[in-house]
Amino acid sequence: MDEISRSLGTAGALIVGFDPQLVQIVALSLRVSLTAVVVACLLGLPLGAAIAVGRFPGRRALIVALNALMGLPPVVVGLFVYLMLSRAGPLGELGILFTPSAMVVAQTILIAPIVAALSRQVIEDTWQEYREQLRSLGAGPIASAATLLWDTRFSLVTIVLAGFGRAAAEVGAVMIVGGNIDGVTRVMTTAIALETSKGDLPLALGLGIILLSLVLALNAAAYWVKEAAQRRYG
Amino acid sequence: MLPLVLHQVWFAVNGRTIINGVSMEIEEGPRTVILGANGAGKSVLMRLCHGLLSPTAGSIEWRGPANGRRRQAMVFQRPVMLRRSALANIVYGLRLAGVSERESEMRARDVLEAVGLERVAGRPARVLSGGEQQRLALARAWALGPEVLFLDEPTANLDPGATRDVETLIDQIRAGGTKIVMTTHNLGQARRLGDEILFLSRGQLVERAPVDRFFSKPASAEADAFIKGELPWN
Repeated sequence: MDEISRSLGTAGALIVGFDPQLVQIVALSLRVSLTAVVVACLLGLPLGAAIAVGRFPGRRALIVALNALMGLPPVVVGLFVYLMLSRAGPLGELGILFTPSAMVVAQTILIAPIVAALSRQVIEDTWQEYREQLRSLGAGPIASAATLLWDTRFSLVTIVLAGFGRAAAEVGAVMIVGGNIDGVTRVMTTAIALETSKGDLPLALGLGIILLSLVLALNAAAYWVKEAAQRRYG
Repeated sequence: MLPLVLHQVWFAVNGRTIINGVSMEIEEGPRTVILGANGAGKSVLMRLCHGLLSPTAGSIEWRGPANGRRRQAMVFQRPVMLRRSALANIVYGLRLAGVSERESEMRARDVLEAVGLERVAGRPARVLSGGEQQRLALARAWALGPEVLFLDEPTANLDPGATRDVETLIDQIRAGGTKIVMTTHNLGQARRLGDEILFLSRGQLVERAPVDRFFSKPASAEADAFIKGELPWN
């Protein structure tokens, strides 16, 4: 008990004092996960909208597959990306294994299905309501998808933040493809795992507190955005 | 583009026949009211005419000369408002019809004024009252300058005051030279707004007559029973 409270105190001092090592780790975490979210949205949102609006053979199988991919274990994604990017792998020439770029690739693969599957659901519900009206006004599939993406924007914010939360909190994928190299690929989750095993609890706890606060703040923001939008736009 | 000619139109969903061999011609001029009990197939017939549904068998054809785009619009029982301002809802329809952005905005402002909604132009459409939303839906259709306007129970969800506003607006649109085709199960409204009645029963066109004759001397037993059932004091 004594040690925990002492560690908590030191952790607090590290946070308040903007400890350089801690700041660097947090910054890299944000950079990697935010980039992954942006790329995942560029892929996942149009894909979700296309599946919601489109009617094509294999659509149901695709939806089931996408839903299943939401549960992808991060370590498996890490392993897969590792194999692709390792020197002997098909993309080995890129030479990005053990760099932040590899971590972005892994996290993008991890969360793009989440963004696509959840947005498909939201957009399809709205599509049920809009379909006749949009067709009556002469909107084709692409115009309809674009309209639906815009009109569901507040629900989509929640989905995007959920994706970011997943990326920022996972440890398996970034550990394997990043390698947890000090000052290069060390992010919050991998640092917590390492420092805990080394017994350096203050740094691990400090990072844990920041990670928790981040996730909490994100959820609060998502909730608030949705509430405010509901009141304003109906 | 009129007349619209239906030849032996038949429509079934999952083996259930909804429209059963309807042949008719909708000509320019008189306001046409499609009348019938719930489940008679009024809404489906209207969607077939508008082109939202394709007949299982038979043909539906616009026989008249088309000047460029076929201009027809439809307003639904429950207006579908996009999550944007009232003005933007009208601009949206115009943009889809290929009208330039500046021209769309000008026309949208004009039509909002014509329906008496200029004060709420900037308000989110979804927070307007039911009556305002239906007038906005009419304005959105009217802005397209349709030759034919299909109205599916346009006042079914409105209170008497809002119903009166919508009926006045429909008259105004007709005065501008637009052919009105509407469904209703409100006999008073059919009398007020109709010139001719198409009476539908169990998916079949049972009777077609001018309004006065339809109500004073219905030719079919079904129409007679419908009028008596709806107006028990007769």
